Amino acid sequence: MRREPARGLVQHLPVIFPGLMLTVFFIVPFGTMVAVSFFRRQQGGFYVPDFVLANYARFLTPFFGNVLVFSLYLAIAVAVVSLIIAVPFTYLIARSRRQTQVIWLVALLSILSLSEVIIGFAWSTLLSRTAGITNLLVWLGLMEAPQALVPGFAAVLTGMVYQAMPYAVLVLYPSMVRLDPTLTEAARTLGASPLRAFFTVVLPALRTTLIATLIMAFIFALGSYLLPQILGRPSHWTLSVLITDQALYQSNMPFAAAMAVFLVLVSLALVALTMFAGKKLEA
Amino acid sequence: MERFLSRLYLALVGIFLAAPIVVVTGVSFNEKQNLAFPPQGFSLHWFAQIFTDPEWLRALIASVLLAVTSAALAVAIALPLAWFLWRRVAPWAQVFQLLGVAPFTLPPVITALGFLTFWATSGFYGQPWTAVIAHAIFFVTLPLVTLSLGFSSIDRSLTEAAATMGADDRTVFRTVVLPLILPYVISGYAFAFVLSLNEYIVAYMTIGFVRETLPIKVFNALRYGYTPTMAAVSVLFVAVTAAVFGLIARFGDLPKLMGALSSKD
Repeated sequence: MRREPARGLVQHLPVIFPGLMLTVFFIVPFGTMVAVSFFRRQQGGFYVPDFVLANYARFLTPFFGNVLVFSLYLAIAVAVVSLIIAVPFTYLIARSRRQTQVIWLVALLSILSLSEVIIGFAWSTLLSRTAGITNLLVWLGLMEAPQALVPGFAAVLTGMVYQAMPYAVLVLYPSMVRLDPTLTEAARTLGASPLRAFFTVVLPALRTTLIATLIMAFIFALGSYLLPQILGRPSHWTLSVLITDQALYQSNMPFAAAMAVFLVLVSLALVALTMFAGKKLEA
Repeated sequence: MERFLSRLYLALVGIFLAAPIVVVTGVSFNEKQNLAFPPQGFSLHWFAQIFTDPEWLRALIASVLLAVTSAALAVAIALPLAWFLWRRVAPWAQVFQLLGVAPFTLPPVITALGFLTFWATSGFYGQPWTAVIAHAIFFVTLPLVTLSLGFSSIDRSLTEAAATMGADDRTVFRTVVLPLILPYVISGYAFAFVLSLNEYIVAYMTIGFVRETLPIKVFNALRYGYTPTMAAVSVLFVAVTAAVFGLIARFGDLPKLMGALSSKD
């Protein structure tokens, strides 16, 4: 059965329901949000149609500037650390037996789809004074008394790396599997040590994927919402936390929408940058 | 030496990945209501509480209902679209493919806020079914990607043979395409189901003030006093999630599926 263009209403029928659903429930809500970002807020949590830029102008205050800078800084840190852990890890599992690969993939997918709430709760327990890792250090005689390691920046970073690392592995995995093993074999035959072969052959061959992974992990971390709240102090709150706070608790929907639109623009700019960087490297 | 080092590295990452789950599992077996590790005493009381305490049970039922229905709706959106894109030459329909992938690529808070403003504006805010639609749209990417992969792996000469023998489109779909695509339908459904079960922010923004799903309930419990039931719920979630992916791996080609999920072309 060859592919042919659809003719008439009947042949278009299958695409009508999905098209309608995606238009009504993705385009329209998105458009509503963009529209609301220009609306004027009224006392009591309501908003009226208008066209004001005041919601966007509020970014320029030092408070929101700081939150934005911190969100970007945290996302970069998470992406970099995740990549540093994920690259050798993915390389090693991609070269292992198929059965081993499947077990690791199941574990990674399970962690990736775990609720942020549960990851946050698990790490806050692991880093707590009563049930935490410091008890192990006390038991080993390395520490005097158990300590609480939450809340703090290190805790936020650890929790977010835990969440983003499996994601980075799964993005890297296909390229690592497809990587021609003769490349490293050739390097080894010519006398390179395994580490040298990894750094001088594997990594350069994958640079496009590495950049793409870095940026995808960055966007992923940028969207983190619960972990900074569970594992950090208010000074560790990200733009996502602030958006929710403004929308639900301060009842300032227009401002929340403006921040969300801004977040979309940042994400889109980064995706475009990835594609651009990828094209340039391939050329 | 080289083997030893790579084993050591894998083991360290494995410990990093397993540690929080081990601790939470330990905590869930505590006999008294505290979060001690290693657990003091042994009790399955907190697991029982998920099913006997009316509040936790209500949250469990709400979560399962949401996941079952929204994953079904996601597949119902993805299946005809993926089939159409495979069966017809229709470049314009690629737009819908892009729309299907978009919500999953953007930070989740965007989709959440989009739905919040949308339901508030249209006056349906707080209705239970609004979360079903929100999750279906948010997770439609997963069945869409698995199904596109499934269709692309169908040998077209099979459908061509059926058509030559006189089968119409509907018969070909029912007797040839559907049996071949079924594993991909199931894995797409399973992906959407698991993610919906674990999702917090979209559910919270759409129905959070009206009812609690399990992730919302756990988060509220985190704020207003700890109980080992939270740990038991977490263990249950990890187990269900791992079981679902284990089944996908058992009946499908997980490495190939992962390749399809992350490649952008």
